[in-house]
Amino acid sequence: MELASIWFFIWGLLWAIYFITDGFDLGIGILLPFLGKKEEERRTMLRAMGPLWNGNEVWLITAGGVTFAAFPMLYAVMFSSLYSALMLVLFGLIIRGVCVDLRAKANTNAWRRISDAGIFLGSLLPGILLGAAFANIFRGLPIDKEGIFHGSILTLLNPYGLLGGVLFLMFFLLHGSIWLSIKTQGELRVKAAATSAGLWVALLIAAVVFLISSAFATTLYDNYISRPGLGVVILIAVASILAIRFFLAKKAYWKAWFSCAISILASTFFGVIGLFPAMFPSSLNREWSLTAFNASSSPLTLKIMLIVAIIFVPIVLAYQIWAYGLFRHPVTEKEMASEDSY
Amino acid sequence: MKVDALILSRLQFAAATFFHFLFVPLTLGLSILVAVMETKYARTGDNLYLRMTKFWGKIFLINFAIGIVTGITLEFQFGTNWSRYSAFVGDIFGSLLAIEATAAFFLESTLIGVWIFGWNKLSRKAHAAVMWLIAGASTLSAVWILIANSWMQHPVGYVLRNGRAELSDFAAVVFQPWAILEFVHTVSAAYILSAFFVMGISAYHLLKRQHIEFFTRSFRIALVFGLVFTLVEVVEGHLHGADLAEKQPTKLAAMEAHWETSTYAPKYLFAIPDEEQERNLIQIMPIPGMLSLLARHSLSAEVKGLKDFPRDERPPVFISFAAFNTMVALGFYFLLMTVVGWFKRNKLLESRGYLRLMLYSIPLPYLANELGWTLAEVGRQPWIVYGLMKTSDAHSPIAASQVGISLVAFILVYGLIGIIGYYLMARHAAKGPEAA
Repeated sequence: MELASIWFFIWGLLWAIYFITDGFDLGIGILLPFLGKKEEERRTMLRAMGPLWNGNEVWLITAGGVTFAAFPMLYAVMFSSLYSALMLVLFGLIIRGVCVDLRAKANTNAWRRISDAGIFLGSLLPGILLGAAFANIFRGLPIDKEGIFHGSILTLLNPYGLLGGVLFLMFFLLHGSIWLSIKTQGELRVKAAATSAGLWVALLIAAVVFLISSAFATTLYDNYISRPGLGVVILIAVASILAIRFFLAKKAYWKAWFSCAISILASTFFGVIGLFPAMFPSSLNREWSLTAFNASSSPLTLKIMLIVAIIFVPIVLAYQIWAYGLFRHPVTEKEMASEDSY
Repeated sequence: MKVDALILSRLQFAAATFFHFLFVPLTLGLSILVAVMETKYARTGDNLYLRMTKFWGKIFLINFAIGIVTGITLEFQFGTNWSRYSAFVGDIFGSLLAIEATAAFFLESTLIGVWIFGWNKLSRKAHAAVMWLIAGASTLSAVWILIANSWMQHPVGYVLRNGRAELSDFAAVVFQPWAILEFVHTVSAAYILSAFFVMGISAYHLLKRQHIEFFTRSFRIALVFGLVFTLVEVVEGHLHGADLAEKQPTKLAAMEAHWETSTYAPKYLFAIPDEEQERNLIQIMPIPGMLSLLARHSLSAEVKGLKDFPRDERPPVFISFAAFNTMVALGFYFLLMTVVGWFKRNKLLESRGYLRLMLYSIPLPYLANELGWTLAEVGRQPWIVYGLMKTSDAHSPIAASQVGISLVAFILVYGLIGIIGYYLMARHAAKGPEAA
């Protein structure tokens, strides 16, 4: 396979890992006002993601950085075209980060309430907008031959784009509520598990509608029609979504969480494979689309970056898995009493 | 001046970067100081060092939180606001940022959670080692970011092909002397800032004669750190100037307000440059031949003046000159204060005047750090990549209104975060450590 093609799939993989890892943190942030009725519950919910969310967020930086390094033209066109949406994502993440970290640093109720609102909004905005942005990329955006965008943030607000936003939201919410089912105890766990069951139905509906709409709103299926074997990705996506329900019913929350992670990965790859080799299709003229080949870096840069990725991504995964392992147990009352972080 | 996407993007980038860099230096230096304190605790089991680790660690965490979130926007702003630049340099500049994220930023962000929540899950030594790794990863982040900035200052290891700068020699980019100098300069400045921060807060408590043992030890650890790096900075600053004279003569001429090419070029300790008339309105206290000596290592060497460069290739002279000279004056002040501190280290409590000065000096290294970046970036103008691409050719083809709205949002959100962050840090610092 050519370097540019390899990088295309690494690019997709990095975004998928971001959606899997930060996805559950964002989900917990959105669930905060709904599941955290009492202050103790909200503290426990934040503590459930507390040790991990900072590292999770770096996958976004890496996905962005790799877009810049491997596909500079795509980075330039994509980020300037989606200017306002991306700014909202960034402000959301900034506000979320500050509110999560500083919530307990000033001991007043007013500040905690402001922080909770910030965490909710700062999680909701990136969730919906990332989904809408990617659905719009699948659908194609009005860019001309020079890569100049002829639209506004309103261009993103079409039914298929919104559907993408809803789908991402459902994934993140479910992923977050399953994480809470793993990491909490008692009443909160019961609530989180019940919420997961409800969210699963919503996710299933959103996923089915999205898969069907993609046939009408996008050309994603073209690659699957010319190579039916690739359809296995869609099967994995569907099977893993069904597996979530199976494991939820058995109260096997870790397995449910991994199934959800696989379904996010497979769903992302459903889009990525469908796009190939396009990365930012033009809705004005398909000839003007940015592809893995016309947007990529020089072979030397791609080669150096590949070496960097082959060395460092496994190392990063290794120490992140170690960190997840360190904090795999449910949050205890003793921990909540002895720590002052949340 | 026309208000367009270019000027708004420049203001936005300046605001976002200045703000980000209010937090980065303390992260770089305080992580090391906290690691030193925690190591002392791990080795001796002395509870005072544990309390020091927790007290300074909490300030570190508040500062770290804001540094992290404001760094995210910077990486994305190249794409949102500087898309033409990004397309032109992504092959080189983009890969440096991507390496920074994968090789350094990940480690720092993953381990911060382990450090905060791992007190009962790791041994004392392992927990201290985590802070060392955080400190190392932060400094490694700085390495890659500064290599990227150095490439904008002095592009090397590239060829112009396919309408962009493509990488031809990775090692040349990574190991160029400019990058090494810029790294030593920036990181030393960050360490000085952190040392003054710890000394200043310690001075506050020592003046009030509270937690005397706690803050005397804190002060001394920071003093040694600060003294070493102010010395490093003075020596490095000199090498830096000489390298600059060769590679970015317009910046050198602007920061010295040096108009006419001359031999035995003097250094003026004070001047007010007039860019319209291409001369200094006032220039006093010349040191004959000093500029030649500093820039070219010889009193008789020729130093190129601004008039030898076309007007549209000169940076803003007044800003460069003022930023440079204030920064240098502050640098010598830091050296003086740490040397004086060294002689007073055993009688800190009696040296109330000195302690008071140190307390009020906390903001000064912040100012020096920001002035350094002002000189680096403003002094490089009109270029975004020196000699290769002008800033005016680099911005995104987007509507000024979009940038205007995001600029206002940046100012509001960052302003608010800044107030909250510094309020929390100041409150915690003034409250002092938990009781033993």
